[in-house]
Amino acid sequence: MTKIFLGIATAALMTAALGAQEPAQKPAPAAAAAPAGNIETGKKLWVSVGCWQCHGYEGQGGAAGPRLSARNLPFAGFSAYVRRPTNQMPPYTEKVVPNADLAHIFAYLQSRPAPPQTVPALLK
Amino acid sequence: MKKSVDRRDFLKGAAVTGAAALVPDAMAAQAPSPATPAPAAQGPRAGAAPTPARELDPGLDPESLVLDRSGGDFMVDVLKSLNIEYVASNPGSSFRGIHESIINYGGNKMPEFITCLHEESSVAMAHGYFKVEGKPMAVLAHGTVGLQHASMAIYNAYCDRVPVYILAGNSLDATMRRPGVEWAHSVQDAAAMVRDYTKWDDNPYSLPHFAESAVRAYKIAMTPPMSPVVIVLDGGLQEDPIQPEVASKLRVPRLTTATPPQGDAGAVAAAAQLLVNAQNPVIVADRLARTPAGIAKLVELAEALQAPVIDQHGRMNFPSKHPLNQTENGGPLIAGADVILGLELTDFWGTVNAFRDSLHRSSRSRIRTGTKLISITSVDLATKSNFQDFQRYPEVDVAMAADAEATLPQLTEAVRKLVTADRTTAFQARRTRLEQAHARGREAARNEAMHAWDASPISTARMAAEIWAQIKTEDWSLVSESGNSSGWVFRLWDFDKHYQHLGDSGGAGVGYGAPAAVGAALANKKYGRISVNIQGDGDMLYAPGVLWTAAHHKIPLLTVMHNNRGYHQEVMHIQRMANRHQRGITNWHIGTMIDNPNVDFAKIAQGMGVYAEGPITNPNDLGPAIQRALAIVKKGEPALVDVVTQPR
Repeated sequence: MTKIFLGIATAALMTAALGAQEPAQKPAPAAAAAPAGNIETGKKLWVSVGCWQCHGYEGQGGAAGPRLSARNLPFAGFSAYVRRPTNQMPPYTEKVVPNADLAHIFAYLQSRPAPPQTVPALLK
Repeated sequence: MKKSVDRRDFLKGAAVTGAAALVPDAMAAQAPSPATPAPAAQGPRAGAAPTPARELDPGLDPESLVLDRSGGDFMVDVLKSLNIEYVASNPGSSFRGIHESIINYGGNKMPEFITCLHEESSVAMAHGYFKVEGKPMAVLAHGTVGLQHASMAIYNAYCDRVPVYILAGNSLDATMRRPGVEWAHSVQDAAAMVRDYTKWDDNPYSLPHFAESAVRAYKIAMTPPMSPVVIVLDGGLQEDPIQPEVASKLRVPRLTTATPPQGDAGAVAAAAQLLVNAQNPVIVADRLARTPAGIAKLVELAEALQAPVIDQHGRMNFPSKHPLNQTENGGPLIAGADVILGLELTDFWGTVNAFRDSLHRSSRSRIRTGTKLISITSVDLATKSNFQDFQRYPEVDVAMAADAEATLPQLTEAVRKLVTADRTTAFQARRTRLEQAHARGREAARNEAMHAWDASPISTARMAAEIWAQIKTEDWSLVSESGNSSGWVFRLWDFDKHYQHLGDSGGAGVGYGAPAAVGAALANKKYGRISVNIQGDGDMLYAPGVLWTAAHHKIPLLTVMHNNRGYHQEVMHIQRMANRHQRGITNWHIGTMIDNPNVDFAKIAQGMGVYAEGPITNPNDLGPAIQRALAIVKKGEPALVDVVTQPR
């Protein structure tokens, strides 16, 4: 079962690389500095280029990749990491995901809703 | 015509009970009442081995067509003496002799014949069964085509250190083989094909030889490191009459299982010294708890040191609610440790090193310079060459080739003797910090689970929470979890009993989950436990016929499909390759996804006689569906809920 342990450890490392973990989310101030992107286009790209595979369809994260939804994520850091990741994530060069597409993807991520304000009964 | 040999003659006395007396929870051998002897049935048509030329036996009455006892009957008595409860099998002519003896002579009880639709299912069922019951289940298979079908599951059991008692049919005497298929189903050395990943095998030449090898195989399989074993059953030995000169020699040797090897006293003392003096000791457990007592033993050691425990989940090792359970904080704890104790780790190197799967593969140490590593594992006692499941070589400071569970009491005692008042104060401070970290970890897990709570496909966190809500007040057992659902069950459920989690396949051979779940559920059945299986879709499709086995034998089991419609691990691997080559990064679905058409798992299950619902895509529909399925399970039958899920 080492794989799960390592998966979580990897997720933790990637989380550290992307910034401190925060539970619920406020709008990212850095998002204002991001290039304009289309949420719907970003949603399609999120699936077609494979971001969902590690981070989930909603960017909620999982064993293979950290949560990216509902968190303060500066576009500059996001872009730099996607282009030249330092851990297990495969690189997405500009050749395969142009900057404009990356902006759409970022817009989709920023649009992901925060979790419910009240803790669902099942989790209490 | 030779005089027939009454079965009582070869079973009487201590011959059978000798073995049974030392098998855990042994039932006394229960041979049925002797059948009325068939009048002309008694003459051996040929000599069971050691009479080699069966067709030339001068004692043979060529007119005799029936007999009342066969070698297979004696084999059944041996299995009874070993307290073998079930034999899982897809029927095959090379073992028709013992098959018939099991169901008629043995009364289909101890062992009971469990009908399987694939040999891989038979072995994986035995694999899952052992991890609940703590004793082996038998498997019957053709020595040729059956063992080949079974081989992947045998490899899984080998990697998972699980004993499976495999009986393989064969026909050695070439002059007695039926023309055609029996030749294709015969082999000189049947066990050769699985010898790399079994611990021992034999090809008994006579019934006394069988008895000795059967008992020896059981003992070897159950001695850590445990492993599958193979006994090849010659067709003639199964089917031919028992000759008087053989019958007089038949007895079942006494079984004394070996005590598990404990760590050397000097090494235990050195380990205790390191652990007591450490500022930041960490305990990591993988396949540690091989008995129900294992959990309590680890709790005792952890509390003696007030040291954090990281559970790698190869077995149910440590209660999830215990404040020293720091699995959620594993990465930082490993990085900050000055002493790490590894208990039956599959991969110690991988625990203390990070490996990057990029164009230029690289690794880096995750621990500080000078961190002392202590390993206790029985796997150091038996390592083979060909298959590389032994992982990268770990450079440790203390290596005990010993069973970790058996060594823990000795280690805990040595630790207690070394603890001074100063160390007690330091330990208490550590305990306080760890309690706080544990609480933060549980809270963080709950917060993370709320993300994508209402998403469709349904999040794996939501799925885990919905199942938990229905079973948490029951006596439950998570019998398998395939398909990787991001470890949510460990983060959200409360585990504290050994049967509540059984680890994984061992060899990562896909196709383990469904049959292992059915086998474990079979073991849980007599205890009235609710068996739950979180089932990957790709894994299920290897041999879904095991659902029929569950329905046929009325094995209560709740299967919840983690249906992400793909071989998701491979999806990610193809993505990695495409990104590396900067081409076709949208082609990840080719050869990896199981869609277009989507598989309707509810219909598959229904077609096998299993109650089923789905596919469920709305998370709000999931709870009620699980509730309905659970009602079926409580009636003693299997049920399946197909849930369309997020990838992980």
